[in-house]
Amino acid sequence: MDQATQVIWDGIFVGSFYALIALGYSMVYGIIKLLNFAHGDIYMVGAFIGYTILTSLGGNFQTMGLFALIVVMMISMLLTGTVGLVVEKLAYRPLRGAPRLAVLITAVGASFALEYGVAAIASPNPRGFPVRLDGDFVLVLGARVTIPQVILILIAGVLMFALDTYIRRTSTGRAMRAISLDMKGSLLMGVNVNSVISRTFFIGSALAGAAGVMAGAYYGKIDFLMGFIIGLKAFTAAVIGGIGNIRGAMLGGLVLGLVESVGSQLVGGQWRDAFAFAVLILFLTLRPTGILGERVTERV
Amino acid sequence: MTIDNSTESIHTVEATAKKKGFGGWLSSIFENKYIGLVALVIALLMPFLIATPYALNIMTTAAIFVVLAAGLNIVVGYCGLLDLGYIAFLAVGAYTAGIIAKAFELPVLFTLPAVVIMCILAGLIIGAPTLRLRSDYLAIVTLGFGEITRITANNLTITGGPSGIFGIPGFLVIGDIDFQNPVIFYYLTVIIVAGLVLAAARLGKSRLGRAWKFVKEDEDAAEAMGIHTYKVKLMAYIFGAVWGGFGGMLFASHLTAISPMSFVFLQSALVLMAVVLGGMGNMKGVVLGALAISLLPEFLRDFSAYRYLLFGILLVVVMVFRPQGFWPPRGAEAERSKAEREAAAFANGLKK
Repeated sequence: MDQATQVIWDGIFVGSFYALIALGYSMVYGIIKLLNFAHGDIYMVGAFIGYTILTSLGGNFQTMGLFALIVVMMISMLLTGTVGLVVEKLAYRPLRGAPRLAVLITAVGASFALEYGVAAIASPNPRGFPVRLDGDFVLVLGARVTIPQVILILIAGVLMFALDTYIRRTSTGRAMRAISLDMKGSLLMGVNVNSVISRTFFIGSALAGAAGVMAGAYYGKIDFLMGFIIGLKAFTAAVIGGIGNIRGAMLGGLVLGLVESVGSQLVGGQWRDAFAFAVLILFLTLRPTGILGERVTERV
Repeated sequence: MTIDNSTESIHTVEATAKKKGFGGWLSSIFENKYIGLVALVIALLMPFLIATPYALNIMTTAAIFVVLAAGLNIVVGYCGLLDLGYIAFLAVGAYTAGIIAKAFELPVLFTLPAVVIMCILAGLIIGAPTLRLRSDYLAIVTLGFGEITRITANNLTITGGPSGIFGIPGFLVIGDIDFQNPVIFYYLTVIIVAGLVLAAARLGKSRLGRAWKFVKEDEDAAEAMGIHTYKVKLMAYIFGAVWGGFGGMLFASHLTAISPMSFVFLQSALVLMAVVLGGMGNMKGVVLGALAISLLPEFLRDFSAYRYLLFGILLVVVMVFRPQGFWPPRGAEAERSKAEREAAAFANGLKK
């Protein structure tokens, strides 16, 4: 029983990270049907921006702890959002309307440029994050729950709730939904398609940046390839939930976190990633629309 | 939409008609039918110019990289299926050759049938469930398969875990001639590679090759014309896998040691870059691209920190400004220019 609750708790915790990153994937995919490979790397850029700000400010955050971290996270979100905007403008916008293969290859190129750009600037060696969030734990139903874990889940939850409200309640959110349904129609109805797409990239990248800072503070180590695997997993989460569906992405993140946590308990931790990707392949072949997704017909 | 297409082809004709002078002169050299032979002769003469062990090592590695690019060109260039885990087939080939050769103390050459069979199986296992998927899903699934292959190699005991397999026997020994000698192995590799590149190029012109190109241009139209698109795509995948397996066999006997670290995503991406930069679909361009990707870092040692950054940016720039690559296949419809693309994007409501 103790072990079971521990596994479930770990799954929920990791899943909330996945969900936060999956949102960006899902939003972009939902709106322009683009698989943004660089998204995981934006998460990595977020972690490095957080690292740079914290180290350049110098010592004593341990005393300020969480508050400092939240401020740094906000700044990183703004900056990674901007990085997302720039990537969209330079790499994706010129190719709108180009064949899918071309856009996919561009996305791989953008991801590569971000990874090795950071490696060139910040050296390819892993860095230790200056702020560590590890605190005492409390036993909840036999699971070791640390306070930072709870706080990070809360932050993730607040961000996701804010995004969900933004998409459902604001006019930009309505424009996003309109574009995802029918881009040409929204263009004719006076929606500024390009600016809405830019905004989507900004928001998605900002969320990934937040996740990056949180992961840096929690795991304590960052490196320039950290976005690759987690990007792939976030995509898995988005697919599980139904890609293009915001709530689906959140659900998918949690499901993937749980599946992975249970799976690595059963088959051994070294198979964890392989297990997650096997789930992705199963989902894509058996139910490509995900749990909450609707069936879409390919338009010619 | 149909009107769009016809105006486009008129543009293309005009564009090719205008191309004369220096460009025409250059392309007449590039389109010369003996250029492949010239390249082979140059490759065979190279050891007479530089025969240091280091140079031979680099050149052999580059030749193996050419096979990989040729194999991926079948999948991406001919058939238009984006495979981001292509290095998995190199891994399957290398591990099959390594494990069998070491277990039975056989020269690596004798593992060939097993390598081919394993690669066909791998192509079937990866291709069969995924080739019905849409292209972007296919890309990410192949990425996932590539990672699964690497993780599996890293975790199993038969593959030697993280330290891999070492002490793989040589390629072949006949009497006094040991093929493991760097010069002999270089020649062997060049000849095998040349054969495989030629075979891939011929394959592109076959009935199957034309079906691949049709599927790449327009899958629905191909299906309507009676092409069994799923079967054709699976064939592309299997051929790609076998080429990768040959590469793996050469790789294993060249290095005599393999480890999971050789099969990371970076390697898949580099092969893809060779294909894209060289010119998807044109075997000559792809060979040139592969040589550039594998040999340039040797000349640009000082910039090694920025090498991959440069590759990434180059990939984006090429896709935006010259999506057909450096040396596109002859007679292919020119890709749309930026202005045309924007016009088409607007006409289609910004999407395709």
